[in-house]
This record gives sequence, C-alpha cells and structure tokens, in this order.
Amino acid sequence: MVHETLAATHAVVTLDVGLPGIVWPWKVTMNMWAKSIGTGIIFMLFYLLKRYPKESGNLRFSSTVVALVFIHMFLLFTLADLHQPLRMWHIFFYPHWTSAITVGAWMATLFVVMLFGMAYFSFVKKDNAKFDKLMFWTVILGIPVTLYTAALMSEATARELWQMPTESAQMMLAALLAGSASMILLGKKLSYEAKSSLGVILGLSALTAFILYQSELIFGPMKSEEVIAVLAYVKGNGEYATMFWIGQFVAYVLPMLLVALSRSGRSESILKLAAILALVGLWVVKHVWLIIPQLLPMS
Amino acid sequence: MQLGFLVDLHLCMGCKGCEIACKVENEVPLSTWRLRVKYVDVGMFPETKRTFTPLRCNHCENAPCERICPVSALHYLENGIVNIDKERCIGCAGCVMACPYGAIYIDPETQTADKCTYCAHRIASSMMPACVVACPVEANIFGDLEDPTSNISQYIQDNQGDVQVRKPEKGTDPHHFYVGGGNLQLNPLASKRVEGYSLFNKLTTKMPLGGHH
Ligand code: SF4
Ligand code: SF4
Repeated sequence: MVHETLAATHAVVTLDVGLPGIVWPWKVTMNMWAKSIGTGIIFMLFYLLKRYPKESGNLRFSSTVVALVFIHMFLLFTLADLHQPLRMWHIFFYPHWTSAITVGAWMATLFVVMLFGMAYFSFVKKDNAKFDKLMFWTVILGIPVTLYTAALMSEATARELWQMPTESAQMMLAALLAGSASMILLGKKLSYEAKSSLGVILGLSALTAFILYQSELIFGPMKSEEVIAVLAYVKGNGEYATMFWIGQFVAYVLPMLLVALSRSGRSESILKLAAILALVGLWVVKHVWLIIPQLLPMS
Repeated sequence: MQLGFLVDLHLCMGCKGCEIACKVENEVPLSTWRLRVKYVDVGMFPETKRTFTPLRCNHCENAPCERICPVSALHYLENGIVNIDKERCIGCAGCVMACPYGAIYIDPETQTADKCTYCAHRIASSMMPACVVACPVEANIFGDLEDPTSNISQYIQDNQGDVQVRKPEKGTDPHHFYVGGGNLQLNPLASKRVEGYSLFNKLTTKMPLGGHH
C-alpha cells in the first residue's frame, strides 16, 4: 500500500530533522544474548540432572559459575546501555510496576541471588540435596527472567515487528538453543548419549526458531504496513538482508544439519561445531531483529 | 481538566515560528527538537504542492512511554499532560523505543529523556504554551477538551469529519488533533525520505544517540 501511495503522489520529505538513529544498539544485543546463555544453561543443568543424574552431577558447580558469568555480563551491558547508569538504583526505590524493565530488573536480581546460593551449596557446603532444591526454584524463576525481554519489546508500542507471543517463543527458544549449545561445550565428561540428547534440543529449538522467523518474513507483511517497511530491510537488497541470512544460516540451518550429521556418525566434534555456530549465529539473529525496526521514521 | 492541542493544517504556512519559540522557551539543545514542522512535497511538476505539519508529543491518554518507564520519570499530571521528571530518569531509552510518534529524544547535555510538555511550566502560571503564542496565523489551538465551551472543543465540533489523530491504530488515544490533514501529512510511511533534506544531521558533536547519523 505504501508503494502505491508513493507512486501515485510522489510525496517527498523536503525539510525535516534528521532521524534519531539507533536507540538500542549492540549493547542490547549483548544483553539478550548473554541472558539466553545464563538462563539456558540452568535449564539444561536441570534437564541433565533429571535424565542423567550420575554423569552430570559434577556439572553442578561449573554450570552455576558459567550462568553467573553470563548473567553478570547481561547486567553489565544493561547498565552500560543506560545514559545515566549511576541512577540504576532508582529502579529499586521508585519502581513502576507496569514497566517490564522494572519487573525484569527485580527478577534478574533475585535470580542472581539464587545462583549465588546454588554456588554456595555446591562449592562451600557440598550439599547436593539443597542445591537441587534451590535449583528447582531457580529454574522456575529463570522462565520469566528469560521472557521479560519479550514483554519489554512488546511494550515498545512503536515497533510493530515485535509481537508478544512470537517474541516470548523466540526468547525461550534462544535460551534452549544457547543453553544446550553451551552445555555441549561445557560437559566434556558427559556420555555421547547425554550430549546427543542436548543435540536434539539444539536442533529442535533451531528448527522451531527458524520456522518462526521465516513465517514472520512471509506472513508478517500481510497484516501491517509498518511490518512491510521494516522487513524490507532484510529482503532483496535491504540494508540488513545479508546479515539476516548469515544469522539464519549460522544460528539455525547449519546447526540443524550438523546435529543430524553428528547423529549418523556419532561424532562429538561435529556436535561441538554445531554448538559454536549456534552461539555465534544467535548474536547475529538477535542483532538484526533488534536494529531493523529502529531504522524506520516514526513521524 | 484534559488539556489538548489541535493544529489546523489549512492555516499552517510552515514558518517554523512555533519550532523556534519552543527551542528558546525550553532551551532545547542543538540536534534535538520537541516540536518541529515537517515539509512534504507532493505531486509532479507543474502540479506540485507543499504541505507543512507541526509534530510534537500527543500527550496520549494511554501513553506507551509512561507505561514502559521503569521509574515513573514519565507521569501524568492532573490536567492530562504527560510530563517528565529529568532528575528521576535513568536514561534507559525505553520511552524512545515505545513512543509511536518519535516524540522523545535523549537530551545530549543531561543524558536523560525529554519531550514536549505542552509547556507545563507556563500553564502552571496561566500562560499559553510558547508555540501557541508564536504562531502568526493561530494554527495551534490549545485548551481543555473536557470543557465544551473551550476553543479546542468548539473547533472539533465545527470540523467534525475532518479531525484526525496520528496512528489511531496504536490505541494510544492522543490528545492532539489535526484538521485538514491526511495520510501524507500524518503517516510517515506515506512519503519518501531523500538524503540531504534534513536539518541537524550534519553535526558531529554531542549527538543525542549513537550511530547512524
Ligand atoms: S506521543 Fe509519545 S511521548 Fe507523547 S505521550 Fe504519546 S507515547 Fe508518550
Ligand atoms: S529514558 Fe528515562 S523517561 Fe524514558 S523510560 Fe527510561 S527512565 Fe523513563
């Protein structure tokens, strides 16, 4: 519809202010990427301890440390992206509960406290029963911590591309993808069966996320003029088309193929390659999806 | 009381008086704006026409910027104005991402969000917003939408059928109306943006936000 209007009217902006540019830059991509790993690895630890309790027992401490590192990375980039980082404490003293940013900050803080508790039980107390009990509640909290960014993107009313149900699914799939990939790399002593089951999670989450993105690409423009304009940046000669497809292939298509290949040849190194590609590709996918709605003029 | 704005686009002649008055009144820094007048040219020579559209914050009744602000720096005043407390703002730019009208910017000097406040400080002293006073053709009509005898209410009554808001589909319920506008003036996607026709885009210092200028 936009194109027809433009062709018919030859409407051109002849004097205006410059567009504001990218408001949420790569630091926000880092935030989403690191959070996916931080929560995802705890989901995978929970899964492994249920399914392969004997061989995954020694992953309790190392997985918790990796989760702590990536959650802190997520917090650090969140802070770095603020224009007034020293006022971060306002979120705790003047909280506004309709904001997903507020709810997310509080939940993420509690999540960090619980991770430290898990580290304490595994490293200092060496009490697996208490660790597992706390881990259960950490996993439960990890779900909304994973999802709140989707709520935040959805609250960004200006950006039609980010719709709540799809973004929630994409956040959860990103956590499963990143968590399984990180665990494949971390769990050196796991049996092939355990690793291969992580490979299945990796492959299936890659497949589902890929289907969702492709569906958006094909069907999104059928609903909204704004989505047509945003997706033009990743279609044809669009400014972000190459980066979009690199992301889709490296994060999803190649890992899916490699997981299938590793199963036929029982190859752990191919599985590791799939894991590395998925982690790298996920950053690219998230970045493109973050940037393209910001390229559009809003007024 | 529910304060609102109406711009009669039949009257606006694009003099930018309101834009300058706003800049001066609110000390809006270089490279940023609270109110600006956008020019869109339509048609092919010799059948051409130039349109002028003043654009500012709509003071939405259901404001996404207020909803997303984690610290209530953006808040409603009793008179319906969506105001900003710059001391409270943490600069997360959530509001910039949420506002469907691109009405908020990060002030390069204070590193906090800022936008049109309908000159809340002037209204508190029973004065009209600076842009209303500056307009030589009285294209800006400001007043209480809840008072049926106010100028703005009567203007809306008299122009029924020709009163629009920007992006009604966003459900923001703006308290800012236009008379005599159409898709071309109010929908940013209905016109092409060609490089080189923008103000403020060649500055190299103190840009409000990173990248892509
Ligand atoms: S126009 Fe934008 S900044 Fe103004 S109240 Fe509405 S959402 Fe907020
Ligand atoms: S930038 Fe400031 S005003 Fe805007 S949402 Fe963040 S804290 Fe609120």
